[in-house]
Amino acid sequence: MNELERVKAEDERLARERKKIARDGPKLNGAKLEARLERTWRRPAGIVGWLATVDHKEIGRRYIVTALLFLALGGVLALAMRVQLAQPDAALISPGRYNELFTMHGSTMMFLFAVPVMEGVAVFIIPLMLGTRSTAFPRLNAFSYYMYLFGGLMLWVAFLLNIGPDIGWFAYTPLSGPQFSAGKRADIWAQMITFTEVSALAAAVVLVCTILKTRAPGMTLARMPLFAWAMLVVAVMIIFSMPAVALCSSMLISDRLIGTNFYNAAEHGDALLWQHLFWFFGHPEVYIIFLPATGFVSVITETFCRRPVFAYPVVVLALISTGILAFGLWVHHMFATGLPRVGYSFYTSASMTVAIPTALQIFCWLATMWDGRPRFPVPMLYVVGFIITFVIGGLTGVIIASVPLDLQLHDTYFIVAHFHYVLIGGAVFPLLGILTYWFPKITGRMMSETLGKIGFWTMFLGFQLAFFPMHFAGLLGMPRRVYTYPAGLGLELPNMLSSIGAFVVAAAVVLFVVNGLYSLYRGAIAPPNPWGASSLEWATSSPPPPYNFEHIPVVETRTPLWDAHGELPVVTGLRVDEKEILLTTVVAAAPDLREPVPAASLWPLIAAIAVGVLFVSSIFSPWAVVFGAIPAAIATAAWFWPKELKRHPEPVIS
Amino acid sequence: MILEPRFTGDVADLPTHKFGPSSLTWWGIIGFMVIEGAFFALAFAAYFFLMGHEQGWPPEGRQPPNLIWGTLFLIVILLSEIPNTMIKKAARERDVPTIRTLMPVIIGIGAVLLIIRGFEFNNLNCRWTDDAYSSIIWTLLFLHTTHILTDWGDTVVLWALMMTDVGWEGRRLVDTDENCLYWRYVWLLWIPVYLMIYWVPRL
Repeated sequence: MNELERVKAEDERLARERKKIARDGPKLNGAKLEARLERTWRRPAGIVGWLATVDHKEIGRRYIVTALLFLALGGVLALAMRVQLAQPDAALISPGRYNELFTMHGSTMMFLFAVPVMEGVAVFIIPLMLGTRSTAFPRLNAFSYYMYLFGGLMLWVAFLLNIGPDIGWFAYTPLSGPQFSAGKRADIWAQMITFTEVSALAAAVVLVCTILKTRAPGMTLARMPLFAWAMLVVAVMIIFSMPAVALCSSMLISDRLIGTNFYNAAEHGDALLWQHLFWFFGHPEVYIIFLPATGFVSVITETFCRRPVFAYPVVVLALISTGILAFGLWVHHMFATGLPRVGYSFYTSASMTVAIPTALQIFCWLATMWDGRPRFPVPMLYVVGFIITFVIGGLTGVIIASVPLDLQLHDTYFIVAHFHYVLIGGAVFPLLGILTYWFPKITGRMMSETLGKIGFWTMFLGFQLAFFPMHFAGLLGMPRRVYTYPAGLGLELPNMLSSIGAFVVAAAVVLFVVNGLYSLYRGAIAPPNPWGASSLEWATSSPPPPYNFEHIPVVETRTPLWDAHGELPVVTGLRVDEKEILLTTVVAAAPDLREPVPAASLWPLIAAIAVGVLFVSSIFSPWAVVFGAIPAAIATAAWFWPKELKRHPEPVIS
Repeated sequence: MILEPRFTGDVADLPTHKFGPSSLTWWGIIGFMVIEGAFFALAFAAYFFLMGHEQGWPPEGRQPPNLIWGTLFLIVILLSEIPNTMIKKAARERDVPTIRTLMPVIIGIGAVLLIIRGFEFNNLNCRWTDDAYSSIIWTLLFLHTTHILTDWGDTVVLWALMMTDVGWEGRRLVDTDENCLYWRYVWLLWIPVYLMIYWVPRL
């Protein structure tokens, strides 16, 4: 028998076997189905299974917990700086150490907390919200988490070894270049960027593919939850913006290690090239942090007003236009570098324009509240806190888009106040709200409402106390990033108030953690849909089983659970003896394909270790890029290689 | 499930693989192409930014890179699309024997391209340490080389897999199809990179 005949015979045998495969359906249902799906979808036992997991819920939880730990570390640094600045002429922290503190604080908060925590929440909730059982490319998802973890560890281990970066979170050249930053501090910063970029880009591809291809049948783009829309826009923004920072930090490290001249003016390079590339990433970054938070706000507002968000198409278009406009603003970070007149005018108007879609979203939420029946449990309080705080931060943002004012306020505490208003008010408040909101889905228990309310008010008032006086410190001329200030300039009072406020904020964070830990063990057991919400993540138990849904739900309206009337439309026919998900078409979400889901695997971890060794050792020798690539290539090949080289009746990814 | 299920349809008869935008692999590959395309676009922006500072390009006293090896590279990589298209077509027709025969050809072409690339680096008429112009020229060529290398590596791995029995599986044929798509991207990228390295300095 020649090979073709053999293959044909094999095809026929496999087709017969295929008919015997067990699938969910009216006959395989209820407890029996649950038991079989549980067996198929749960990860292998033990430490190896724990490290090898590809379950999006576990990876999402790890992302969130790790990011919150980095938030705490970054927060401790902020407290140290506030202690130093509480009084004029203080000598608690040396100027050099102070440089390290603000660099580590900014880098940790931006790269290790704000972006990853949003990705982590999305990785956890998006598949549940879309009515599927896994993210796309779950192994890439695991790899992304490990790269993030290793990048964060590298930065913090370096800091503890006293080789932490001291060049500011945006690492301007020539300060960060070879001439002014001898040693390895700047290289550590640049490689931390490489780690987190690889991680963020991988997660972005996972999210885009998950959102476009794994939605429940019937969940057309026009019925997709607003948080999924926000994350789709954010993931696309990551894809277009993060290469800029990866490129400029690679150029920086090559200037430092192998003598290229990108930023070296003596050899016709230009330090401003850094600023352009960095801010081409850095400005979209602000919206990469903010837009997920607007998604949170839409989710919370809808649930607690018992009304679909007002003018859904306007909110979606606002998200998309913010995503596009965010790429046209970067030069407003560079007004003080000197620009042509037309450049000033263009970037001023672009910076003011981006306020329009953001304001539209705010008006839509206000209209939802006005027209709905709002209740104010903790998540909703954070939404109200967000609107107040973010509007203040947004207004200071609009006024500093004006060049004369910006030139006056550039690098002062006014700017520090502005961006903490938009980042904490605009992103951390909604984050705390949504963590309270999804806590029952993540853990199966409710957070304490009383502790939550005390925590909210402590946070809200502490925040205003910490950051509102900074506007005045800035107007009085206090520069940022200077380790102290002289007495007698009127800076004592605002600084003392800010330092007190910082400790109040810290107390609120501690209270949130205490509430979380207490509720994890003692909180009320959460029913599947404790808030009476409309989206699919609440159609399964809290916490969800490893397979998320017994049957794949079908979506007929924008608010499926509000329109369910006691029963959930589903499709059947996915196999139960192997992991499988349903792929649907991109726009209409019509059933398209059945897709096998990869088994748990250690290879993403091993690949992340190999790539991590490459990145860290390349700080010390450029040859590491050559030799380090070999184990990385082997690990990725092994990741792809099937563990059994035989054909199955239907494809499996072993 | 908490709500009672209402059965509306069955998906058991759906296929488990399709070529093109239906497949998740296609979207993943497109995602990474866009990321890498963004890298190149930004590197081009940096190139023009640095060029804007100079009186001449290349700066005075420098020769533009020698044309011969880069142009040879262009010719060979364009010709490689012939076996590439044949493999892509064979994948869609489940013609595994043709795939098995032609993949070594494309792997061989990849090896030849890497050798030509070595000569290209040697004929840039500058070292990356010389000045900003040299740094960006080297960066463009290096960035493109990483694409040739990674694609060559994964083509070798895929070929090894296609030689086994699982090469007949539909999803492996999709992998082959997408690998060909990615190779198209790699040679398409080379056209602007080639122009930037070899011809913009001659304008």
